[in-house]
Amino acid sequence: MSEKSPLPRSAMNVLPLKERMKILRRHMPELDPLVRSRNFAEVNLGLNVLDAVTEASRCIECAKPGCVVDCPVGVQIKTIVALIHAGDYLAAAAKLREDNALPAITGRVCPQENQCEGGCILGKKGAPVAIGNLERFVADFERESGQLGLPANAPKTGKSVAIVGSGPAGLSAAGDLVQKGHRVRVFEALHELGGVLVYGIPEFRLPKSIVKGEVDNLRRMGVEFETNVVVGKSVTLDELMQEEHYDAVFVATGAGLPVFLNVPGEHFNGVYSANEFLTRVNLMRAYNSEFDEPVYDCRDKDVIVVGGGNTAMDAVRTARRLGARTATLVYRRSEAEMPARKEEVKHAREEGIEFHLLTNPVEFLGDEKGWLTGARCVRMDLSEPDESGRRRPVEIKGSEFVLPANVAIIGVGTTANPLIQSTTPDLATNKWNYIVADEKTLRTSKPGVFAGGDIVTGGATVILAMGAGRKAAASIHEYLTSGEW
Amino acid sequence: MYKIVDARGVGLNIKQFVIEAPRIARKHKPGQFIILRLHDKGERIPLTIKSSDPVAGTVTIVVQAIGKTTSLLNCLETGDSILDIVGPLGKPSEIENYGTVVVLAGSVGTAMALPTAYALKQAGNHIVFIEGARSAEMVVFEDEVRAASSETFIMTDDGSYGELGLVTKKLDELIQSGRKIDFVLAVGPVPMMRAVARMTTPLGIKTMVSLNSIMVDGTGMCGGCRVLLGKQSKFACVDGPEFDASMVNFEVLMQRNTMYREKECASLKQFQENMEEQLAELRAELAAGEKHYV
Repeated sequence: MSEKSPLPRSAMNVLPLKERMKILRRHMPELDPLVRSRNFAEVNLGLNVLDAVTEASRCIECAKPGCVVDCPVGVQIKTIVALIHAGDYLAAAAKLREDNALPAITGRVCPQENQCEGGCILGKKGAPVAIGNLERFVADFERESGQLGLPANAPKTGKSVAIVGSGPAGLSAAGDLVQKGHRVRVFEALHELGGVLVYGIPEFRLPKSIVKGEVDNLRRMGVEFETNVVVGKSVTLDELMQEEHYDAVFVATGAGLPVFLNVPGEHFNGVYSANEFLTRVNLMRAYNSEFDEPVYDCRDKDVIVVGGGNTAMDAVRTARRLGARTATLVYRRSEAEMPARKEEVKHAREEGIEFHLLTNPVEFLGDEKGWLTGARCVRMDLSEPDESGRRRPVEIKGSEFVLPANVAIIGVGTTANPLIQSTTPDLATNKWNYIVADEKTLRTSKPGVFAGGDIVTGGATVILAMGAGRKAAASIHEYLTSGEW
Repeated sequence: MYKIVDARGVGLNIKQFVIEAPRIARKHKPGQFIILRLHDKGERIPLTIKSSDPVAGTVTIVVQAIGKTTSLLNCLETGDSILDIVGPLGKPSEIENYGTVVVLAGSVGTAMALPTAYALKQAGNHIVFIEGARSAEMVVFEDEVRAASSETFIMTDDGSYGELGLVTKKLDELIQSGRKIDFVLAVGPVPMMRAVARMTTPLGIKTMVSLNSIMVDGTGMCGGCRVLLGKQSKFACVDGPEFDASMVNFEVLMQRNTMYREKECASLKQFQENMEEQLAELRAELAAGEKHYV
């Protein structure tokens, strides 16, 4: 994966390594927590050119760069950072696009600490190169410059691919496949494109305009989109292949049905799944009074959010912005086990989110009219690690207490959406009803059908879904070229 | 966008729309519904499909103006368009030959019950259709109801048409007269469906009700439409909308349906204050094309 620098000697970083390592990591400017916790504007403001170049100069250009190894889509980070240092931001963006169809998005939502930045050698002793911030910088620079380095498409192959779902997996597969010369049409169940990027991730973390920009780029590359199609209901996989003559289908329908806690009182008014709460606020813009969509008026109310992942973190920070008096995260393990990105946890704390760790709701309480008034919770203790490797939480007897709440949002995960599986009998699923796909080729049990992202793995991250999209694209291209299943 | 090829009033504040939606028309089965959105700032609302024509590529829906979105929708005419329609959603009605089937439908619920009643009749059932409405001007689709049934009763709350009384009064009469009833379908306001369930459950008559819980996406993703069946949570959009009435917790359904009552009322009032302007705005937006995508 390491490759020769594309730069002339004169553009290379001449600072000795020791000097580079003395430079402090550049800080990403952020909106003030007091200001941002009352609006939906993006929290991170992006690096300026000076900071970006300085940050890029910190890279010690490892012969075997750990950042590239630890990137799920193998972005050529070392080369890109060198190009930024040399001041050729557009070339850096074009290089980035070779491996990542949605750079402005991943620069904002990837858990870099576990991936590229986790692999950065500088992180062993100090702070790793701020790769995520640099990625975002070049993607934003390119978009604002209006000079898109969209890769050219190969000559038309005459083959066509249907992609089910316009989330990160579907979009990145679409970008790769259209480049290979195939006709690509993406089907989306909702009225807006982007999947979890528009219904799930809030505006303050990923502005909708960024998603729209990336979708528009794909459209410029020739990708077709059709909204309001629920594959499995509006049309089946068999109909797509037999009647609409797609040569291959990529199923990337994403996370599915929300999981509730299955405790008494979950039907009180004010109890939401995180999916519903976030969909109302993000996709349907309930935070903006010009829109018709209602959401519970959180102003001066107590809101609790149950869960420790990014979705729970998004929900609790959203509740805060809707004016909640208290916005509290309730998580049954400790902070160390939280799956959320570190940055989100930090931002949440800055915004005044309260954390009730090692706490689990056992019942929701309501008034006589059915409106939520609180959650009866128990304190938890951590015992031996379970199959996920995280220490298993156990109840502490006699530790019950009531947390007052007008709104409770459950963000503890999802189960597989059954719509496609139930109308495609020859599509193999596992015992949790996720679609079974070969790990390397993403081929399913049904010839011509590939699957990837959350509908195969269960709830994961945007970048893993994108990685699956890229893998599927390569595999589909191989299948369409060889014709062999 | 989805073109309205025919729009006509069929009762007081009740309008029928025939809309071009070829994908939905091809796949629709009785009991299923669509979700539509009128404009870029609009909400998504579920509406049951009354009928479909796969050859013409159209679906027919019937709308009672109740809140803002339905009121605005009912201002639209033939030639106008609807921004987004998705479907068909939900599980189709289970069609079997039960024997004697009583269909109870309240006003606009008649449109929802009709396709299932037709299908049940074609499956060989003897259909007793009891249509209820507040008054004569809200009795809808009488001809089609008669065509879909073997016996027809029209009930009005004020006695201005058909017989005086609620649909459950007629059901009670049928039960009291010793008629053998093998299956009941009830579609209408929640109190009506609850009343039917209370009558048929003790008698062990299999009864299905079509639940109208609040929905957002309609594909199972949000869980907002969850209903309580015994101790189990089910999603009306993917597990329903029809459920075994004997299991349904109607109180929870009624309570959950009040979730946004305040905002709904404010929204409707604000709409009624300048209907003309908002209709003009909607038409201008549709004429300018879809904003967010395409």
